[in-house]
Amino acid sequence: MTVPVAPRHDETFVLNVGPQHPATHGVLRVKMTMDGEYIVKAEPVLGYIHRMHEKLAEAGSYAQFMPNTARMDYLHALAFNHGWALAVEKAAGIEVPERAEYIRVITVELNRIASHLLWWAAFLLDLGGFTPLLYAFDDREQIIDLLERITGSRLTYCYMRFGGVYNDIDDEFITGTRAFIKRLRSRWQRMYHDLVTGNIILIKRIKDIGFISQEQCRRYGATGPVARGSGINYDVRKNEAYSVYSEFDFDIPVYNECDSMARYMVRMDEVEQSLRIIEQALDKLPEGPVMAKVPKVLKPEAGYYYSAVETARGALGHRLVCTGDKNPYKLKLRSPTFCNLSLFGEVAEGMLLADALAFMGSLDLVIPEIDR
Amino acid sequence: MALQETTLKALQELIPEVASTAPEEGLTDAPGIRATDPAKHGHHIEVLVPQDQVVATAEVMDKEGYFLESISGVDWPDQQQLEVVYDYNRLGGEHCRVMVRTRIPRDTPELATITGVFPSADWHERETYDFYGVLFQDHPNLIRILLPEDADFFPLRKDYMP
Repeated sequence: MTVPVAPRHDETFVLNVGPQHPATHGVLRVKMTMDGEYIVKAEPVLGYIHRMHEKLAEAGSYAQFMPNTARMDYLHALAFNHGWALAVEKAAGIEVPERAEYIRVITVELNRIASHLLWWAAFLLDLGGFTPLLYAFDDREQIIDLLERITGSRLTYCYMRFGGVYNDIDDEFITGTRAFIKRLRSRWQRMYHDLVTGNIILIKRIKDIGFISQEQCRRYGATGPVARGSGINYDVRKNEAYSVYSEFDFDIPVYNECDSMARYMVRMDEVEQSLRIIEQALDKLPEGPVMAKVPKVLKPEAGYYYSAVETARGALGHRLVCTGDKNPYKLKLRSPTFCNLSLFGEVAEGMLLADALAFMGSLDLVIPEIDR
Repeated sequence: MALQETTLKALQELIPEVASTAPEEGLTDAPGIRATDPAKHGHHIEVLVPQDQVVATAEVMDKEGYFLESISGVDWPDQQQLEVVYDYNRLGGEHCRVMVRTRIPRDTPELATITGVFPSADWHERETYDFYGVLFQDHPNLIRILLPEDADFFPLRKDYMP
């Protein structure tokens, strides 16, 4: 015979989410102390895919680290390529031909769209919608094919070089990219916004949930769509304009609602802005070489250097210490989601477990980039 | 540049004893405050403070509206020193990045925590402990973050060979 048990609120239990959990999209573990369905304390446990890229950077030359960069944020790998190239170019004082910078921006923005599309697909999959994944992967595949043509890889690119890019783009790439822009724009409202954004089930799951205040963003160092969904107008592409971004006319989407829906909308609008950037870059694409003359062995002047780029997930920083040697003396990678995730514990407190997983999805975590 | 000047002034008021001695170009370990060329270095202000001024510096940066971008360690075995580098930046508005450095002895690597000022320092300090063995005093939870919990080495120290 079963005896009915009254719920006791002074009793909690520990629930392990991950490291093998479909909602974490990788090997992230969150130790949650639960009171029934409510979270009392959430503590992310990191390091399951830690590979010590910073030691690897010290062990090889500047150029030898380039392939590693793509293996951190494998969804926006070209931005990590770009970040490392810019950091070393700043330290070594290398001038990059204008055409190469335009090509960099075109490929990085294409990659940003691919990253946002994959986030969108995976986020909705977390929330129980399967069909959006098929639409997003259909469009993402076009980008991957375009990038594969010129970079030689589909995911872990090693396309950028100090002083330019490895390969020039051709007419087929340009026509293909223009066709892609036209195609995505024709599908955007109908298949993305009408079908999903306005869906009442989605709105109920993410609106007014996962509140992150502006002050929390500052205290925890959150950047990227997480900060911009909390009304912070901060984007490295504008605030610290690098490469040739200052030559394009584009907006930084900012939403003031501070909830998961705001972060969703920021990313959706960013896709449209990236399309605008690519279109302008293709229109203005200058002629010329795509590689500068750069010595085979780089020995940047001794000193401290910092370089930042905006990836799909936020501000990526490189703190580089050079001693005039052919290897970097120290490289610290400031990865955006490492900082964005650090506020998870504070925000998830008191949330329902199901809401916390939706909130986690809205942070757009890429675990290899957190663990480096 | 207005913001760079006000921050510079606030830092000079905080540490008047080193305010006049600007560190030289390159890799110096003499305390001082210096405005740098952001196009060349990526930061606008470079500060090298004595280790007991780290928390006070963080408080100034907090008051001036900065956020903590990252904390990195650097090992200098020749001088028997470890260095901790704090990067501060602004979330929007005028852009100004401040690099604050401090040096501590390599055999007693103890440093005050700034988690009381910036909660983001929690994970960054844990990572610096993880890789360099810097012991942040009064840190609420100074345990391994990326390496396994039973690791007994500090891999980014220059003398560590796997």
